[in-house]
Amino acid sequence: MANLTLVQAINLALIQEMEKDDRVLILGEDVGRNGGVFRVTEGLHQRFGDARVVDTPLAESGIIGTAIGLAMGGLRPVPEIQFEGFLGPAYDQITTHAARFRTRTRGTLTCPLTIRVPVGGGIHAPELHSDSPESIYAHTPGLKVVMPSSPYDAKGLLISAIRDPDPVIFFEPKRIYRAFREEVPEDEYTVPIGEARVVTEGEEMTMISWGASVIQCMNAIEASGRSIELVDLRTIYPLDIETIARSVRKTGRAVIVHEAPKTCGLGAEIATLIMEHCFLQLEAPVQRVTGFDTVMPYYKLELEYLPDETRIGRAIEETAAY
Amino acid sequence: MPVKTVYNTAIESVSILDEHGNFDAKLGKGLIPDKDVVKLYEHMCVCRHLDEVAFKLQRSGRMGTYPENRGQEATSLGAAYVLKPQDWLVTCYRENAGLFWRGLPMESILLHWMGDERGNAIPAGLNVTPIAIPIGTQMLHATGLGWSMKYRGEDGVACTFFGDGATSEGDFHEAANFAANLDLPVIFFCQNNGWAISVPSRIQCSAPTLAQRGIAYGMDTIQVDGNDLFAVVYAMKAAVKRARTHHRPTFIEAVTYRLGDHTTADDARRYRDPAEVESWQHKDPILRLRAYLEGKKLWNGAKQEAIEAHAKETISAVVKRAEDIDAPSNVDFFDSMYVTMPADLRVQRDTMRTSSLGQNPAELQGAPQPAAAHVAR
Repeated sequence: MANLTLVQAINLALIQEMEKDDRVLILGEDVGRNGGVFRVTEGLHQRFGDARVVDTPLAESGIIGTAIGLAMGGLRPVPEIQFEGFLGPAYDQITTHAARFRTRTRGTLTCPLTIRVPVGGGIHAPELHSDSPESIYAHTPGLKVVMPSSPYDAKGLLISAIRDPDPVIFFEPKRIYRAFREEVPEDEYTVPIGEARVVTEGEEMTMISWGASVIQCMNAIEASGRSIELVDLRTIYPLDIETIARSVRKTGRAVIVHEAPKTCGLGAEIATLIMEHCFLQLEAPVQRVTGFDTVMPYYKLELEYLPDETRIGRAIEETAAY
Repeated sequence: MPVKTVYNTAIESVSILDEHGNFDAKLGKGLIPDKDVVKLYEHMCVCRHLDEVAFKLQRSGRMGTYPENRGQEATSLGAAYVLKPQDWLVTCYRENAGLFWRGLPMESILLHWMGDERGNAIPAGLNVTPIAIPIGTQMLHATGLGWSMKYRGEDGVACTFFGDGATSEGDFHEAANFAANLDLPVIFFCQNNGWAISVPSRIQCSAPTLAQRGIAYGMDTIQVDGNDLFAVVYAMKAAVKRARTHHRPTFIEAVTYRLGDHTTADDARRYRDPAEVESWQHKDPILRLRAYLEGKKLWNGAKQEAIEAHAKETISAVVKRAEDIDAPSNVDFFDSMYVTMPADLRVQRDTMRTSSLGQNPAELQGAPQPAAAHVAR
């Protein structure tokens, strides 16, 4: 066991998978000597060399399109896109090809690649360094979308993602890259893709979140003094509706918290699924605490945008009182 | 300080068998054995017949939109002829001749244009990618495929086909830049057929050649007469050697012409001068190869009749296979989305005809199980 940050846990997962499987290689901007802009790939270039940790030209579509070719060629590429705001240039390759090759070729050509992307706000970064586009990719059939909220889950989920035979977007909540440490086994383990985690058990209501917002939820729950069951999705797609529904059937109330804009955010999908699965058990309307339908503000106002303890606390009280 | 010239270059253009039947014996010597020229010619005849039949199938409502290949057979065929089985051919959508030469069943292409995705299933061991509908995106896949072979220490080459219009897409430039800067065994084969639907190639590139685009990325570049099978083979041999032995990419601009419309949904008379089309009909790659073979007494009228009869019989059987295939299962489009079908997707699949998507899955008992998922190669 080691006490690791989320960054260190991801770094450890990369090292272990690269040692175990020589088909795994890393490519991206500044991932080599520099160890990535967030230092997630620190030390890997030294350890695995030029052939397996590759600084590419500065071109996101190129990184993902080339990774698709590497994956179809039998390798397990792990491309890094520096910030979620720079997924735009790669969007075409991700949705037009990575997500489609398996079904397009009836399973004869496949794209087992893991796209690592720092995601979300809260680090006082410039424009397009703080967005939360996970629902766009969850809305793209053919992809899997993952977002851990703890070092333990980050390591286990990344190993699962790299071994997954389908393309995975692995979103890393940058706000909690170094926010806290957790005991992470040195031994190899996996956290399955598609399984949510009940962070805290409770009776009064269910709170559903993922990524850095999970931490905000934990704080709000503690401040409320109420018995609230917190479900961390961990995987955005495929969504673990069973765990959510089991909890909501028990509590009868649900609050969904995410950083992404409200309209067509994943909260809308989850609220509908709760209605489909738990309609007769619901005691209150499902509430959402989300980012707003605006462009993510520059950092002077980013804390106004991000769901915080106060806004989540208000939703808790409204839902409890309904 | 005086102004210095820091870079100078020139583009070579290669023609070996021209439209008048002139053959450059020096460049063409030993390039393709006679028996292979005959086989390649026969293959082009069969492909041309398939093209004509496919056009008629569309016009008679038996097939959807189809892009005629007519006039461009020599390019992909010449490339495929030089490639080895371990190499990858990453095509666009007008490369039937090359794909069939490598072993893709002809009915696969018809199935694709008949709206049947089973036509995209690639036979095991055949290193080709399916028809690429979006323009220019497939070049990056070739870059990655070439890289995967180099990574494993193999000597394979990835050859990607695209048109003049595709060289305007960002992905072309990214693919060329990756391949050149990372030393990858990739051949960028540009079919400059003069037109991207209705837009002439001068709108895509104001330089005198598209070949210059390769030079901009620091790769070896050559222009060839794309209707000249010998010139295509000549350029490909050099490019393949460079890729296999030095992991260096090459840009080949093959100047050719789309004798037909862009697709059956297009009417090129709206934007092309009939005189231009007429002038290119005389440069047809099949006509000149036939004249060459006849000049060498390797071909005659009887052989022509025989190959036409063979083509008719072959394509008629291909069409029959494509049209007689069993209808796909009505849930076929679900079954290859993921190796392991997500639970909610399974509910959607199993209830698509029996309930709304809002139904509680717990109530769905006895739903049919999906077929075994396709697994990675």
